[in-house]
Amino acid sequence: MTTQESRKRWISFGIGLIWLFIILWPLLGIKPEGLEFMPTLSLWIKLAVASVCVMLVYELNRGGVFDPIKRTGASLKDSTQRLYTATPNWLLICIALAFAIAFPAMTGRYGHDVACNVLIYICLGLGLNVVVGLAGLLDLGYIAFYGVGAYTYALLSIHYGISFWLCLPVAGALAAIAGCIIGYPTLRMRGDYLAIVTLGFGEIVRLVLNNWMDLTNGPNGLMGVKRPGLYWLDFTNGWSLEHIWLKKVWMFYYVILLIAIFTIIAVYRLNYSRIGRAWEAIREDETAAELMGVNTFLLKLLAYASGAVFAGFAGAFFAARMRFVSPESFTFLESAMVLAMVVLGGMGSIPGVMLGALALIALPEAFREFDVYRMLVFGGVMTLMMLVRPKGLCPAKRVGRRSEEAE
Amino acid sequence: MADKNEIILELKNVTSAYGKIAALKGISLTLLKGEIVSIIGANGAGKSSTLMTICNIVRATGGDILYQGKRINNVNPDLLPGMGLCQVPEGRRIFPRLTVTENLEMGAFFRRDAAGMAEDMKRVYEFFPKLRERRRQLGGTLSGGEQQMLAIGRAIMSRPKVLLLDEPSMGLAPLIVQQIFRIIEEINSQGVTVLLVEQNANLALQCASRGYVLETGNVVMEDDADALLHNPDIRKAYLGE
Repeated sequence: MTTQESRKRWISFGIGLIWLFIILWPLLGIKPEGLEFMPTLSLWIKLAVASVCVMLVYELNRGGVFDPIKRTGASLKDSTQRLYTATPNWLLICIALAFAIAFPAMTGRYGHDVACNVLIYICLGLGLNVVVGLAGLLDLGYIAFYGVGAYTYALLSIHYGISFWLCLPVAGALAAIAGCIIGYPTLRMRGDYLAIVTLGFGEIVRLVLNNWMDLTNGPNGLMGVKRPGLYWLDFTNGWSLEHIWLKKVWMFYYVILLIAIFTIIAVYRLNYSRIGRAWEAIREDETAAELMGVNTFLLKLLAYASGAVFAGFAGAFFAARMRFVSPESFTFLESAMVLAMVVLGGMGSIPGVMLGALALIALPEAFREFDVYRMLVFGGVMTLMMLVRPKGLCPAKRVGRRSEEAE
Repeated sequence: MADKNEIILELKNVTSAYGKIAALKGISLTLLKGEIVSIIGANGAGKSSTLMTICNIVRATGGDILYQGKRINNVNPDLLPGMGLCQVPEGRRIFPRLTVTENLEMGAFFRRDAAGMAEDMKRVYEFFPKLRERRRQLGGTLSGGEQQMLAIGRAIMSRPKVLLLDEPSMGLAPLIVQQIFRIIEEINSQGVTVLLVEQNANLALQCASRGYVLETGNVVMEDDADALLHNPDIRKAYLGE
């Protein structure tokens, strides 16, 4: 029986190889100078040999040759799982926090840069997580709020010289207002329609930034955004407060780390509040939620606004770090990227979204050695991740809280 | 069971529509405090639309809906559970990715008295011991009967004065249906007024005190449940004789 099965596999494998040659040849073989067969054939042979090797390994696996190795692997996985569940949560958080604080000392400027990016996207991802993961509203124009935050700080800094720390809440508030403005007319829609409309609004914001020459300087962008300043204790003669500008990347790292920690705590609190529960109910069944006494319209608007706030913070920081903003940074691709982080990490799960952001920012950096094939490999890895863990890297855990303790 | 003659919910010539398609063409019915009233009728007669219109999910285009003497035509649906008017919607519509406990908590969403909620949760678990066993499971993993129990339990969590039940027997095994109807009677005996929409006319009329028969958006008959049960026309049309 097994031989028959394996014969079937090898036959379909052979058909696949032939099919590959048929689609490969027009791509590589048809040239302006004429038809060529050699390059296609050599590439095809390489691929065929590689895939035959993979097939052989697969066959051996079916035959049970690797069973002892798998068994040790499974037991290893088991023991790490046990260790993970045994460690209390606060210890894990402390370790993560200590690592995050010590991180700049361990790496150089390049590492700090990547880490800043990861933290920006963690803020964005967690904000979008509120909208998509909790309230279940598919928002494809989320990056618009990031843009609003960035331009808010850039404009206030350039024209009025207002400090970063003052602008941060302003950027958050303006992003929230933008969220309400976009949310109000769109929230009557559901599902796919909502996605299309938010996509449109996202583009509107980008196009306004691109074309309102007087205010935003159009596609040329705004230059000369000030860095964040900080009062620092100075001990050179006695002690006094000294004002310094943040110049080094690792200083920026701590600023965004602070914002990210604030975001994590805020989203966590929201997640486990009455409001968070209501959002989840809306995601599950809007009509039923309304029948249970949830003011769906207000809560959906609130989801939009609070999601936008975190994007506004991240945007203000982005403007301060780059010291330059232009509409190019707020394209649809960015929205899609943030959405991918949320989905890849696990919708509605805070550690999941953080992992997703880490994966999608750090992986392309790690793949630099693949050179031109970098994005190809990245796409492959993304597909693989979704195949292996369809619910996300770290799916949301459902824990009965509140009344569960009273039982 | 207080004063038998006190009207708690009254519909006066209520009309409603989905876009241009009329759903209710002038429904009038009354619900006395403490009774079970059944609405029976064929598919598309407007049974579910009646409940959805009472809850203002579908807006009434005419007529008056009076609850405890107050006109509630324009009250937002999310305020109704707080007033004691709660619906168990058709097809159960529990929250599939929330746990059983969380589903029940959602039923008491507008309430803020943790002690009372815990007490009611206990009560629901006494009604439905199966739910207690599965309280950590996701709602979507329950069987159909358990989901119906969960939907009813969720509604009880809001301490309703009037419970609107939409087809509690839909898609359930006869034994489970019996059980559900027993529980509905028990809930009613604790003082909750029940408006029951059913296709299973036999069962519905057996547990109700009065019944309305709906046909294409109109009330065509109204009588004591017993009388309806023995009415030859009704037996022919809805009881399969």
